Amino acid sequence: MMVRRIRVCLMSLLTVPFTAATAFALQQPAAQDGFVPVTGVPASEQVPAAPLVVGAYAFFLLLMMFYLWTIWRRIGKVEADMHALERRQGAGGSHAG
Amino acid sequence: MRKLFIPAVVVAAAMFAWAPIGIARVEYESTMLLVQKIFYFHFATWMAVTASVTVCGIASAIYLFRGTAAADHYAVASAELTTIFCLFGMFSGSLWGRKAWGVWWQWDARLTMAFLLELVFFGYLLVRKYGGPGAEKLAAAMGIFGAATAPFIYKSVDWWRTIHPQTTVMKTLGDKFPAAWNLVWFCSGAFLLLFVITLAARVRLEQLRAQLDRAYLAAEE
Amino acid sequence: MFLKVAVLVLKKDLAIEAKSREILYTTVFFAISCLLIFSVAFVKEGVPAEDAASGILWIALAFSGTIALGRTFERERYGETLRALLMAPASRPAIYVGKLLGMILSMLSTQVVLLPLVAFLFRAPLFARPLLLAALLGLGTLGFASVGTLFAAMLVRTRSRDALLPILLYPITVPVIIAGVRGTSALVQAPPDEAIATLWIGLLTGFDVVFVTLALWTFEPLMTE
Repeated sequence: MMVRRIRVCLMSLLTVPFTAATAFALQQPAAQDGFVPVTGVPASEQVPAAPLVVGAYAFFLLLMMFYLWTIWRRIGKVEADMHALERRQGAGGSHAG
Repeated sequence: MRKLFIPAVVVAAAMFAWAPIGIARVEYESTMLLVQKIFYFHFATWMAVTASVTVCGIASAIYLFRGTAAADHYAVASAELTTIFCLFGMFSGSLWGRKAWGVWWQWDARLTMAFLLELVFFGYLLVRKYGGPGAEKLAAAMGIFGAATAPFIYKSVDWWRTIHPQTTVMKTLGDKFPAAWNLVWFCSGAFLLLFVITLAARVRLEQLRAQLDRAYLAAEE
Repeated sequence: MFLKVAVLVLKKDLAIEAKSREILYTTVFFAISCLLIFSVAFVKEGVPAEDAASGILWIALAFSGTIALGRTFERERYGETLRALLMAPASRPAIYVGKLLGMILSMLSTQVVLLPLVAFLFRAPLFARPLLLAALLGLGTLGFASVGTLFAAMLVRTRSRDALLPILLYPITVPVIIAGVRGTSALVQAPPDEAIATLWIGLLTGFDVVFVTLALWTFEPLMTE
């Protein structure tokens, strides 16, 4: 059983270099290496970079703050439920006792 | 371990406070100028996604085969974090691409598979929410398959001619542009620390929920 | 022993199917109605959109495959036979392989109908390189069916399983679909680009091995309560 699993895992690992080799061997040569910038872009198509950069970083800040806020809110809810349960038990206990 | 939480938050806050200063100060890259500065957080967030996907894959496998509850907590926490960091990765890449490539989106290999990663882990969260009892195991299967596709995403830019920069860019960055090299790894460190902190917080939420469930069960007896 | 169990499960499914032919007819006619909608959308004044055929073929395959998966396991759930199967003293992966083979046969029978129709409706020379096309379709079917069988089996007792199956299945199998579409496009070109098609066949093989291995590995823990 274990031997079969190991064999299956090994076989699957062996396909990774096989696949990579196939891909590399049959890949056509790249038409261009890497990024080639375009010069002389007409003014109508130019996009100012500053809003994009600021937008990206601002989005990150908002996203993380939102996510951490949701965690905080959910923890608050769970703790509230726990306190409610303890109170109910305390009340029930004192009645039974 | 819990004692490290506050110091970790302080260090992460300091790193994130310094990061914009460092990014503003670093020289422009010659071809893309200002917009290239998105790179420092873009690359860093994908480091966080890699860490997150790895944690989710391993935790899912442990949960599926051993049934350890702690593994399940880590799996769901890292799945949520994967969706968050992956979303930011695609958003930042899109803004950068708008300037550098002229398009908001391209269906090339890496972008497509990154989008798929987001969908897979979003599906993970959907299964957990709407799958009913026993959904944790199904989600664990999704986590394992999702983690298995991640290496294809990394290598996809090398296998196919795509508009996206290849992995060789990062490998030679240290020689060509050392200031950027240092900064990008600093930002990656900040993101990884942030990942660890948010993971800890999210796992804490899961532990509290499990505690509450046990308390409910005990109260019923 | 493993193969015997798998073949037994396959024979059981084929026997049931031979009597009712429910899955065969519903899947094939669903695929044809997909094609109808696509031809309304993509064929303008008798001229199909360029290079639409390969994408449409694979989308129709994916959708009809999902229907077939849902129907097969719905049948098991309705008859409560899945639990009986799992209680049998047979290796779980063998049961998985048996269901997988049944699924592959179902998808292949859909392809037999789909291929000539797509070639006709969208004017695509699909049969220019039949062996390469067969390899693409076979490997793509295996990749899709392997993940599909696993997910459909694990969702069989879940609420909202009909909605969840496509949501979970498609993101994982899109790499297989992309490889299939790109490979088929390369074959449909004039002249057919065999090098690119072979590249995609190699990648499909890689995906298939990864997916089948993962599926075999995780089937047992997923199906135990």
